[in-house]
Amino acid sequence: MEKTEDKNQQQEEEQVVNPWEVSAKDGGKIDYDKLIDKFGCQRLDQSFVDRVQRLTSRPPHVFLRRGVFFAHRDFNDILDAYERGDKFYLYTGRGPSSEALHLGHLIPFMFTKYLQDAFKVPLVIQLTDDEKCMWKNLSVEESQRLARENAKDIIACGFDISKTFIFSDFDYVGGAFYKNMVKVAKCVTYNKVVGIFGFTGEDHIGKVSFPPVQAVPSFPSSFPHLFSGKDDLRCLIPCAIDQDPYFRMTRDVAPRIGYHKPALIESLFFPALQGENGKMSASDPNSAIYVTDSAKDIKYKVNKHAFTGGQDSIEKHRQYGANLEVDIPIKYLNFFLEDDAELEHIKKEYGAGRMLTGEVKKRLAEVLTELVERHRRARAAVTEEMVDAFMAVRPLPNMFD
Amino acid sequence: MQLKSLTSGKAHETSFHSSRYLQLPLFLPFISALTQKLTGTMGYSKDQLLARLKELQIEFSQYEHPVVLTVEAQAKYVGNLGGALSKNLFLKDKKHRYYVVSALADTKVDLKVLSQRLGLGKGGLRMAPEEALGEILQVPLGCVTPFAVVNESARHVSLLLDQGFKNQECCFFHPLANDMSISLNAHGLDKFLKSIGRNPSYIDLEANPPVGKDQPPDLAAYVPSDSPVLSDLSEKAPSSQDSTGDSVGAATKTAAFTAKAIKPSGNAKNVKEKSADSARPSIPAADAGKFVEELLDRASALLLSEISEDSIKQHGGQLGAEVANNVKKCLREDLKNLATIFKNTAYTEGFYAGTRCQPRRL
Repeated sequence: MEKTEDKNQQQEEEQVVNPWEVSAKDGGKIDYDKLIDKFGCQRLDQSFVDRVQRLTSRPPHVFLRRGVFFAHRDFNDILDAYERGDKFYLYTGRGPSSEALHLGHLIPFMFTKYLQDAFKVPLVIQLTDDEKCMWKNLSVEESQRLARENAKDIIACGFDISKTFIFSDFDYVGGAFYKNMVKVAKCVTYNKVVGIFGFTGEDHIGKVSFPPVQAVPSFPSSFPHLFSGKDDLRCLIPCAIDQDPYFRMTRDVAPRIGYHKPALIESLFFPALQGENGKMSASDPNSAIYVTDSAKDIKYKVNKHAFTGGQDSIEKHRQYGANLEVDIPIKYLNFFLEDDAELEHIKKEYGAGRMLTGEVKKRLAEVLTELVERHRRARAAVTEEMVDAFMAVRPLPNMFD
Repeated sequence: MQLKSLTSGKAHETSFHSSRYLQLPLFLPFISALTQKLTGTMGYSKDQLLARLKELQIEFSQYEHPVVLTVEAQAKYVGNLGGALSKNLFLKDKKHRYYVVSALADTKVDLKVLSQRLGLGKGGLRMAPEEALGEILQVPLGCVTPFAVVNESARHVSLLLDQGFKNQECCFFHPLANDMSISLNAHGLDKFLKSIGRNPSYIDLEANPPVGKDQPPDLAAYVPSDSPVLSDLSEKAPSSQDSTGDSVGAATKTAAFTAKAIKPSGNAKNVKEKSADSARPSIPAADAGKFVEELLDRASALLLSEISEDSIKQHGGQLGAEVANNVKKCLREDLKNLATIFKNTAYTEGFYAGTRCQPRRL
């Protein structure tokens, strides 16, 4: 049974989590347990991680091991079907509001690449240039340009071109996709969409009619050039948990129009450098590590702007140890340091006060620099023609190989 | 137009160079042609620039006049036409990094303050020597202009633009030659800069924010992180990029540049692309040879690091199996990523060819 969000609940002093705003209660931390409870999704526990390892015959991704992807809807159905030999396809996306991508933006893409490789399934990536045009008041041309630029960084995450279709709404909406949009739109009343997304009488009609655009890539019939004849194919959506409202709406509608409900696998928010109270902001350059940052920039940002849980003085630190709950370098290492043993060691030593903040920051800067370097090299190999090829409406004959 | 003394207050603009080289105008074209021959690269010409501006549909007006070397001289000819005059400095820091500072003629530019804001310390910025003008910007004396960054040789030159330009209807610049001034507005300048892969950003040149332990230099991002490498045809794929404000622009340019680097090694010609025809870079070939070399390089680097006196002592006869395991573990993801890039490149080549394939004749 799924709970639908009641707008009246938001009147209280609560944390706000929706696709356009994320803020914790009283500027504190996001309470993920409450969020799971309120949204009505499920926790991803260790048994899932083990099952994924068994089914894919490879070590589970670091984000699964560390609980970065921590919630889901119907992921077990996907795995059951997979075990029976019924494949699925992946669907994720990005709202191209800025040219500068930071590490937080890459997280769903890094995880999706792992899923594509591990399960050997195709992927569609939606660039919601129309959404950003409407919400951020960009010109159509600018949002299309940003979509293409972002596509390059997305491609640099390492997706397999023979199994991946990237599309921008301005280019692709129409035909079978639009038919599904209308089918979905007919099933959602104005009141419902106001309740889910909090629209008001002042919001323009573009916003109000946008949700179906993000909903229908969950249905294989939206992509006749890829999945024609495969109406039964399931869809798995890796995303950050603030996107849940779109897909709650989609899951509500799906059975009514004869489609499978899409499954979701959801991640935590990547904390800003300054601390755990919401998402990183693309408008504050020091709140995040960007994929264009140099090694010098990364070292500078980590050293000067990362919020730490270390004590004020070395003596106090050695005595009390660091507060791992709020320490940003530890949190970042949790996301990006592959070696479980090394992470455990650092946490233990730092928590006990034997390791100093400087050392932790140094290790973090190393890890991040390697990541950003690898991304930059891959990005340099992405040409305009490659973007065109990824975005071409073409069949993918080997998408399940 | 170069200005030597620019500290506070008066519009006491003297041109060091013009007083010494008053007879120079006659020799300027000769000198710049000679410089070009010596450096072996052809700089962008005035006509090429004007043609490019027209191609990009950038609105501008042009005014010919006798050669001028200072703002004052230029003002005599175009000062009353309504546009704002610019002053342009070509600067160098102690680590041989170059900067073009382009400002409204009235804006006070304090080199000491600028130097601190860039993180170069108090006396880190000097006027660049004359040779650098010809070698790097490929413009004659008295002709520093933001347009000079169109040249390949000026790739690493950082461009600082006065935010005052944005408030003017239009501003005057030299179009790579001192016998003409063109006026255009900031939008037009932006469009041009973007077309050559530069990300235009404007700063408040008169600001004097404190720089100290807790206040980092606010313009630090404008310091190029590469030292300029001129005429280096074998430049590899980027290992360090400009950390100037145009990092995205640099990424785009380097993508085009790397595309050239991946071309089959048989191509020993000058592959330096002239910015003049930067329409589209050619499709990079998925080069199996280069790909394999990269794989082998990584594998052998890892092997070398794994086999040491200590590890031989530790594993003895089993070292082979141990190293083989480690190599597989460490390289697996890395090599898969490289292979995916190779695959995507090859697919793109095929796709491109396929979209231009002629239908079979019946």
